[in-house]
Amino acid sequence: MLHDALIGPFTEFEFMRRALAAVIALSLAGAPIGVFLMLRRMSLVGDAMAHAILPGAAVGFLLSGLNLFAMTAGGLIAGFAVAILAGVVARSTGLKEDASLATFYLASLALGVTIVSIKGTNIDLLHVLFGNILAMDDQTLLVVAFNATVTLLVLAVIYRPLVIESVDPLFLRTVSRAGGPAHLAFLALVVINLVNGFQALGTLLAVGLMILPAGIARFWSRDLTAMICIAVIAAAVSGYAGLVLSFQTRVPSGPAIILVAAALYVVSVLFGRVGGIVRQLFPGRHLEA
Amino acid sequence: MAALHFHNVTLGYDRHPAVHHLSGEVAPGALVAVIGPNGAGKSTLLRGIVGILRPLDGSIHLGGLDSRDVAYLPQSAEIDRSFPISVFDFVGTGLWRGTGLFGGIGKAARGKILHAIAAVGLSGFENRPIGTLSGGQMQRVLFARVLLQDASLIVLDEPFNAIDSKTTADLLALVQHWHREGRSVLAALHDLEMVRSHFTETLVLARGPVAWGPTAEVLTPENLMVAMRMCAAFDDSATACAADNGRSQAA
Repeated sequence: MLHDALIGPFTEFEFMRRALAAVIALSLAGAPIGVFLMLRRMSLVGDAMAHAILPGAAVGFLLSGLNLFAMTAGGLIAGFAVAILAGVVARSTGLKEDASLATFYLASLALGVTIVSIKGTNIDLLHVLFGNILAMDDQTLLVVAFNATVTLLVLAVIYRPLVIESVDPLFLRTVSRAGGPAHLAFLALVVINLVNGFQALGTLLAVGLMILPAGIARFWSRDLTAMICIAVIAAAVSGYAGLVLSFQTRVPSGPAIILVAAALYVVSVLFGRVGGIVRQLFPGRHLEA
Repeated sequence: MAALHFHNVTLGYDRHPAVHHLSGEVAPGALVAVIGPNGAGKSTLLRGIVGILRPLDGSIHLGGLDSRDVAYLPQSAEIDRSFPISVFDFVGTGLWRGTGLFGGIGKAARGKILHAIAAVGLSGFENRPIGTLSGGQMQRVLFARVLLQDASLIVLDEPFNAIDSKTTADLLALVQHWHREGRSVLAALHDLEMVRSHFTETLVLARGPVAWGPTAEVLTPENLMVAMRMCAAFDDSATACAADNGRSQAA
């Protein structure tokens, strides 16, 4: 019975297996990026970026219909353009990154929705806005897995300067010129993972599998490595549980995944070991030293 | 050759000078205190030396040194203390020159890091996140990192602000140790007693240089009065500076 509910859907249906593979790939790459977004106080920047991708993907859609390659390429181009422009503007003028992105966020969303509705139907619009992880074909799955692999490799390369730049940017500037390139590479990774999530969760929720797991991890550890591991596990668990929930109740898959992650987040806020509310209310007796 | 050579340097922000027409030299191994009222341009000068701020005019030469031979201790407000990084890892970033992007932290390097942490009196704090440290402990951590950087020029921006006397004494001992090792040290300071008793050379700064030389000769009531009077005049409609060189003029 339990087996039927929890494992049955995946042994029985190929689209469920593909969706599970996709969601695990998304978790492996997106969650670490989300942790850095959160620690660098860029959570909402990620959100704004997700909307900046939309016009590019929409142009791809306009040119070649619901072709995920075209939409991915368009999304990457638009995302990189915005990321690099915003990064350069922030670095050269001292304007805060979030401020320079905020304008893009609104304009891009409006532009993207306009482009889609010129040609597409409301169903297309729904697909773009909320994604459809259950409709993954092999090609799309490969693209997602490829992007995830690239993300992990690049993250390994820029990890040290990225960490130092997050803690003490001034110090990094005095010892190395790696700070700027590492920051830009990080923004590029954000875009790649948003496009990745875009396939599965749509433009509005793509950032969800990055930020929510990071928020969850913050309540369970004070150590960066542990936080990244916890975030990846939380994302994968949310993905799996969300797919099961979606299969059993016919809730759309993207929102189901994010809702599960949100539920985990609430549990973490209440019972988390680091700063959880219950822990703060009942901290136990104070220590000797 | 001088460790540091200022040639008619003007440093500032948005064309407004904060350090105006400074010339002079710092000899290798010198122990220099930079004093002056708030807004005198002390921090700006130090930022110029470490290359974070480009001079508006003139030039700063690091007599043959690579910019990585300079260790800089900024006012700690610039550090994100909420970031989850341990004291050990944070101090370890001081080894950047040797490790770079990928270099491993081997046994020898670990030993060095532990030694630096012990040298500032923080043994046992290795695994503590930096967010849990007190102000004085954080300052010790920053000194440990400077220690690891093994730099021939060390630049300290108000290193003893809001630090208790015990910690100040410990860290001051480190500064003197660096001096004995032949490193050049420049420190922005406010405690004139400390300057008088521990620093051989003093630069009195009030946007322009008021006096620069051996501490005993420079630290006179007259010079300090002059420095106090030169308030930080920031004039939005200031015209372009006409002075070719020499002392600070009204902007």
